[in-house]
Amino acid sequence: MWKDLLVERRSKETLNALFFFGLLLLFVFQFALGPDRERLAGTLPGLLWLGFILSGLLGLGRTFVAERENDCWEGLVLAPGDKSAIYVGKLAGNLLLMLVIEAILLALFAFFFNLDLAGALPGLGVVIALGTVALAAVGTLFAAMTAQVRARELLFPVLLLPVEAPVLLATVKATEAVLLGEPLGSVAHWLKLLAAADVVYVAVGVLTFDFVLEA
Amino acid sequence: MRRLLGSVTVAGLVAGLVMAFGVAPREETQGNVQRIMYLHVPSVWVAYLAFAVVLVCSVVYLVRRAEGADQLAHASAEVGVLFTGITIATGSIWGRPTWGTWWTWDARLTTVSILFVMYLGYLLLRGMIEDRERGARFAAVLGIIAAFNIPLVHFSVIWWRTLHQPPSLMKPGGAAMPDIIRYALFVNFAAFTLLYAYFVIRRARVLRLEAEADA
Repeated sequence: MWKDLLVERRSKETLNALFFFGLLLLFVFQFALGPDRERLAGTLPGLLWLGFILSGLLGLGRTFVAERENDCWEGLVLAPGDKSAIYVGKLAGNLLLMLVIEAILLALFAFFFNLDLAGALPGLGVVIALGTVALAAVGTLFAAMTAQVRARELLFPVLLLPVEAPVLLATVKATEAVLLGEPLGSVAHWLKLLAAADVVYVAVGVLTFDFVLEA
Repeated sequence: MRRLLGSVTVAGLVAGLVMAFGVAPREETQGNVQRIMYLHVPSVWVAYLAFAVVLVCSVVYLVRRAEGADQLAHASAEVGVLFTGITIATGSIWGRPTWGTWWTWDARLTTVSILFVMYLGYLLLRGMIEDRERGARFAAVLGIIAAFNIPLVHFSVIWWRTLHQPPSLMKPGGAAMPDIIRYALFVNFAAFTLLYAYFVIRRARVLRLEAEADA
């Protein structure tokens, strides 16, 4: 993991591109929906998570690109000891990357849509953290599965999006409530669902990663 | 044995048709449209049964590495997707005269359609990986995560919205339908379960022969 983060910090390749991508997404949303502020405000939670998941698809899909391009895949496969350590490391790296991207996207949204986030920030942080763990946990697993497939750019989102459907529903609904200034208690059922999803996804990921990285 | 199962299945389906169209009375409020239930409800039962079998066979495959388990999982997923499709189609045909629309984002419609795309992704993954053994491993991992996802999808979608009539068969305190309709439904349940078993056995056999031919 430290190696991945180090490479990322040195090159800033993914981060820069994803930042630019997020900015472009914002423009596209604005163009698609027109300048009507009220309509934009109503769709904001959905747009926000659409932005998160689209940049997540790009970022997570690249999890194992370095290994594949530099012919280190065998190194991963042959690594001694528990493969789940590799999974946890990759997951932590992806989490960090996505959280940085999401923070930047959130700031951009606040800037362009004239949002006052100060009050909603703690609640929003909880929702985003829970949702991001669920996204990254499945994303990291699927990225490893699709890394060796020819049409991986296509297969990765096609596999990930349906599985993440409940996470998306939960995060969008919870974000909506938090942005309206409601207390977190009012969306406790969504938060519990997200927490359950986090536990299930990470557990399945840790337990099955061994089988994904077999020779 | 296979032949016998096939004959029994055909007899069961005929009996189901007789019960649905001959014995069961016309429903008072919905009229003959209601009779599509005898196809719709058993189909969704078979779909869930099929996905449960995928889960069990996937776990067995990862633990034991028995190719038979993998072939069963593959066959079961195909049949499950087929019956999910039948469920959506028949529900849509029923919804048009009853709800006045082909499609609506009601809770259970959404759940079933998410399952549909999730397991379509499963079949897609299988189709895209050339290496048989690797494909089996990855598909098993996906089969497990998809099955664990079903309850998450279920609850998230229920909280999201609901319009579908509450289940009338499994309600505590007895089913809210006349006995004769219930018998007709149960005959169809049995017939469809046999049909499922027949399809899966035949399909798994074809997969085994294909594997042998390749080897």
